[in-house]
Amino acid sequence: MQGSGLLAYNFWLALRNIRRNVVLSILMVVAIGIGIGASMSMVTVNYRFQANPIPEKSDVLHYVRLDSGDPNAQNDAPPNQLTYLDATALLRAKRAFREAAMSQARMAVVPPDREQRPFFARARATSADFFAMFNAPFAHGGGWTAAEDEGAEQVVVLSAPTNDRLFGGENSVGRTLRLANGDYRIVGVLDEWEPSTLFWDTSSGGPGPVEDVFVPWSLIVANALQRQGNTNCWKPLDGTGLSAFLNSECVWIQYWAELRNEAEHDDYVAFLDAYATEQKALGRFPRPLDNRATPLMDWIAEDGGVPNEARVLLGLSILFLAVCLINTLGMLLAKFLGKASEIGIRRALGASRGRLMQQYLVEAGIIGIAGGLLGIALTWAGLRGIDGLIDEDLGSFLVIDWKMALAAVGLAILATLVTSIYPTWRACSVQPSVYLKSN
Amino acid sequence: MEFGPIWRAAMRNKTGALLVVLQVAFTQALIVNAVAIVERQSLIMGRPSGIDEANIFHVRSSAFADNFNSRGAIEEDLRLLRGTPGVTAAVQINSVPISGSGMSMALQTTPGDQANGVPTSVYYVDEQGVDALGIELIAGERFRPEDADWVQGVGLWPPRTILSKTLAEALFPEDPGLGVGKIVYIGETQPMTVAGVVEKLSAPWPGWDLAEHSILVPRHPVSTDTTYLIRTEAGRRDALMPDIERALAEREPGRIVLDMLTMEQTRERTFDIGGAIVTILVFTVTLLVAITSLGVAGLTSFNVTRRYKQIGMRRALGATRGQILRYFLAENFLFTAIGIVLGAILAVAINFVLVTSFDVPRFSWVWMPVSMLGLIVVSLVAVLFPARRAAQVPPAVATRTV
Repeated sequence: MQGSGLLAYNFWLALRNIRRNVVLSILMVVAIGIGIGASMSMVTVNYRFQANPIPEKSDVLHYVRLDSGDPNAQNDAPPNQLTYLDATALLRAKRAFREAAMSQARMAVVPPDREQRPFFARARATSADFFAMFNAPFAHGGGWTAAEDEGAEQVVVLSAPTNDRLFGGENSVGRTLRLANGDYRIVGVLDEWEPSTLFWDTSSGGPGPVEDVFVPWSLIVANALQRQGNTNCWKPLDGTGLSAFLNSECVWIQYWAELRNEAEHDDYVAFLDAYATEQKALGRFPRPLDNRATPLMDWIAEDGGVPNEARVLLGLSILFLAVCLINTLGMLLAKFLGKASEIGIRRALGASRGRLMQQYLVEAGIIGIAGGLLGIALTWAGLRGIDGLIDEDLGSFLVIDWKMALAAVGLAILATLVTSIYPTWRACSVQPSVYLKSN
Repeated sequence: MEFGPIWRAAMRNKTGALLVVLQVAFTQALIVNAVAIVERQSLIMGRPSGIDEANIFHVRSSAFADNFNSRGAIEEDLRLLRGTPGVTAAVQINSVPISGSGMSMALQTTPGDQANGVPTSVYYVDEQGVDALGIELIAGERFRPEDADWVQGVGLWPPRTILSKTLAEALFPEDPGLGVGKIVYIGETQPMTVAGVVEKLSAPWPGWDLAEHSILVPRHPVSTDTTYLIRTEAGRRDALMPDIERALAEREPGRIVLDMLTMEQTRERTFDIGGAIVTILVFTVTLLVAITSLGVAGLTSFNVTRRYKQIGMRRALGATRGQILRYFLAENFLFTAIGIVLGAILAVAINFVLVTSFDVPRFSWVWMPVSMLGLIVVSLVAVLFPARRAAQVPPAVATRTV
């Protein structure tokens, strides 16, 4: 027998063996499945913190940082956010293909239905390019224009859940909504949009649903919106009130630029350096030049790190997988050695050691695949379980994607094959003569 | 015991022995570290706040209307809350115990920047503070109505304060009167007289090292965003909550009434992730012990099958059933013992890594012998069934085979 014919024969033999020893085989599949389910649940949690939220654009989206920080601080990176002065200057310069400044805010919403009480919405004030940059899907209408932003017009884009809550899911574009203390014209309603994390804002984002409403960036000042999120000041404010804050060295703005290739990136960083040098002349930017436009995935790796709890649980779950595999090893050993007399007879009848090993490895592989499939199911159940344990709305954070599913089966097969090498070798080393002698 | 022959037999089947040893070792290492995490988390979650949690709820009011009269609204709200039948006491408060967010300052008994400050959390309340929190005043007196000031932003500290007992003992270790009537300095130089001491009041951060260091300060922060803490008569809280929420919302439509939570809900919110981790770890450890005991039982069962003939031979040569049973139990005990010793070393090594890089607590040593003993018992129970099967092997087996 050659090639595929041999493999098919081995496959048939393996299936026959599995059926002959159903209980032991099921136990092995369960042990591997539980081990894979536990470890892959935690692998997925860790992976999701580092996952690419927007694969189609991740290489062109860049997070912009300027080193306007404290000269005495021991940092090896620029501050995580921008000052208002700098964000305004960059927006005005318009050097990127697309770019957006943004910050989180809180806005009171007065529902058109007078029966509903006012509530606070999570808002994001941002530039017109935001929607195109992050591929925001619209159900109705669209974003605002740059001119509307510059003119501080009171326009708003609603998320799908917000539109459902306020307008029962109808097309509300063109209608007016009372927000904070002004009437806002609805220009767009988003479709269901569930990026795995709010990656555009690592300081206050993380897993969870997208913001409830989006408003033009200029309103954060024009309407003095209630800003939220991380604010860091290294220098005391010069005076009090909003204007002192806006002119301060406090960083609180996230800034993204879409740079389509290496050349655009280099040009943009050169522009940032030139801007910083200009500012140095004005007495700002006391640190050495360090201005960056970091690609999205590098930025996530740098800043959106995996929480310690998730890493520790991952480590423990791998230990758990090890115990499950040791268990499987024991069972495989028991199973294969139980076949010793059969092996002895087949050896005596001329089957080579290599051929026998191949057959047993195929058998282990089948168990591995079954264990992997069970593992996928248990990973899914495990993630649902974790989601159920956590009250906070994690949005679509804890999902298993096809890559993780494939990895689960791959890991299961690999683990089973590695585990089975020793039992297989042991089983196939039996002396045929011993078994021919005994009954 | 017959450890000599057991050891020699094990050396002839090293793999089987090694598998038991490794399984037990990994299990032990995982249990000890998981328990360390669970233990600390449970300790934090179980920490009493000192306040009357069962009858307290809190609610936030956040104004959005232009020219909102914050002070007037707070005064009106307090009048409304305090006038509601069933409400024992109500205060405006700057942060809620256990909620996870609050304010901290340092206190010292001598002024100036040389003295070492004792860190404490700060609660702004008024004359109803002690009663609204339901804490026990063990020395001194409550605030007086005229003590509380109305401050926008930052201002000088009020002249009187109430300390938690733990903090009072830290500041005035020699004083049997717990410092009542004495001066403490806040912000290095500003004096406050200790008006009273309460038995127990936790900081807003349950995981904090100094979780019982707290002071009450008589102050109303004037802000559009404020929180009220309300204590009701026993058993009336849940019925009163929706009424009070509605009354507050209707009294002043220029603000939003939000985040109305009982203390139980506040706990759930604060311990959302921590509680989930505890559940996950407890589930994992239980599953692990089950899998390990099944594995040990399986391997022993396999050994019994393989040694079927030898067991028959021994029986034929005069070994009793009890001796066979004991043999397998002793064999298992030997492997498990090696496993837990190895596991103890592994547990320490893993814990060292976790402590140094991941802020996991060092495990308490008491869990080491407890988990060792537990694993030996579990392992012996697991082996009991296959060992009994071994004891049932008839001596006649010896005569049937070559």
